[in-house]
Amino acid sequence: MTATLEAPTPSDVNAAVALSGVRKVFGHGAGAVVALDGVDLRVAPGEFVCLLGASGCGKSTLLNLVAGLDAPTSGEIALTTSRPAVMFQEAALMPWLTAARNVELPLRLAGLKRGARRAKASELLSLVRLGEAGGKRPHELSGGMRQRVALARALASTLGSAEAGTPGLMLMDEPFAALDAITRDVLQAELVRVWRETGTAIVFVTHDVREAVRLGQRVVLLSSRPGRVVREWNVDGLTGADESNSIEEITAHLREVISGHAAAS
Amino acid sequence: MATPQPPETLEADRGLAAVGAGLDALDAPAQNRRKSPWQRFLHTAVPPIVAFGLLLGTWQALWASAIWPEFQLPAPAAVWDTIWATVQSGDAAEILWTSVSRAVLGFLVAVIIATPLGLLIAKVRVVRAAIGSLLTGLQSLPSVAWVPAAILWFGLTPSAIYFVVLMGSVPSIANGLVSGIDQIPPLLPRVGQALGAGKLSSARHILLPAALPGYLAGLKQGWAFSWRSLMAAEIIATSPQLGLGLGQFLHNGQSLNDISMVIAAIFLILLVGIGIELLLFRPLERAVLRARGLTGALG
Repeated sequence: MTATLEAPTPSDVNAAVALSGVRKVFGHGAGAVVALDGVDLRVAPGEFVCLLGASGCGKSTLLNLVAGLDAPTSGEIALTTSRPAVMFQEAALMPWLTAARNVELPLRLAGLKRGARRAKASELLSLVRLGEAGGKRPHELSGGMRQRVALARALASTLGSAEAGTPGLMLMDEPFAALDAITRDVLQAELVRVWRETGTAIVFVTHDVREAVRLGQRVVLLSSRPGRVVREWNVDGLTGADESNSIEEITAHLREVISGHAAAS
Repeated sequence: MATPQPPETLEADRGLAAVGAGLDALDAPAQNRRKSPWQRFLHTAVPPIVAFGLLLGTWQALWASAIWPEFQLPAPAAVWDTIWATVQSGDAAEILWTSVSRAVLGFLVAVIIATPLGLLIAKVRVVRAAIGSLLTGLQSLPSVAWVPAAILWFGLTPSAIYFVVLMGSVPSIANGLVSGIDQIPPLLPRVGQALGAGKLSSARHILLPAALPGYLAGLKQGWAFSWRSLMAAEIIATSPQLGLGLGQFLHNGQSLNDISMVIAAIFLILLVGIGIELLLFRPLERAVLRARGLTGALG
């Protein structure tokens, strides 16, 4: 069962983040590159959306815009959540801080008191099953453990300012791409568990169709140069044959998008 | 989204936890066993002691073969007698205090000047374009070249000596901080921004700690330059009202044609340099590098 959403029309109130007509151009004049063009996207609170696309589709640009690290050339981005958290392909932990202190960092920047910081950080570390490793430095942890600390830190940065009950939003930029297959498998399952327990919305960028279908409730396919939303699929709760059918269908579309570029150039 | 989970999900969850824990145990980098104090002593203290002993033995043998006259190559025992005599008369403590206090004071002032200067050069493009290469050039200018100018400007006063020390050490410290900041992985400040750090808190919580290893290397070099500059200034700018420092002591040795005194002075200058390095900078650097897992260079 693959439901194709031709015209997604959830109400404005019901969106964690809503992008309308977002366009991003890098550079000026003849050398200008259009990274994103007319992107409309809505993510409901607590929803898990996977952005799928080949290289150069502006996935990372899109995340930077939503995170506020960059401003769109035109179009609007409306957030109803607390400040979105970002997770990168590398864990990018501060090497001079212990795992617990890394998780505390966003809380510290948000001005939380030490006691509250400690409590929140140890709670989040146990959530990613690293309750015992809080005192370790990043270089003493494996790649998978580091990425889990980064997950806890990202949760701290979006939930730390959300005591008032505003939902969280996490932006993940291929966070598992640099990990080996088994670790990636375990971390994908951990992410789904953490997502269920915290109820934060997730926008997950990947170029792996299998990963997108496994994790997401909805898969959004972007075209490349400029990035546009090509199509969306509802993939929530698919198993067995339905899941592999979806993967096949989405892969076919992704291939189509990519080969379109060979013809164009 | 916190719906009550069916039993099979819980079962799967437990299995996942077990696999995850197994991976953590397998993949976590092995920790090096700390060596016992005796082994550490054997590996770090014995080689230099043996090397020093060999040097002393060669010196003694050369002196005994009497190739050079006594006023050019003294016996090790004669140098030791000179050192011991100055220690006993209390002169050694006074000479060392005069020089070390000057060097430390000059170094501290240099740190206070060079730190904001380095931050400015690293973060403000115009400042870097204007004086960045000048500062690097100053670093390669021997600070002894400043002595004549300092004497003409300040006369034979402590100010002249401090001026030379500052010209020697400020460029090193500022350059160390600049290269420390330049070597920060660009992802870290971005992560800081994503975590909600403003300009000031980013400098305090991300930039400065991330640049610490480079800054520390700059401080170490800055100390070495301030000590060297001080010796250059003291040897050339000698005058009764400047007091007796190590440089003057060395200069007096030359005037008196007393080779034992000259070698004793060189020995004391070396001793201070090595002492500060071993007691202050080496432990600091070790602590900083070890905390970051950069133990490769420490052995």
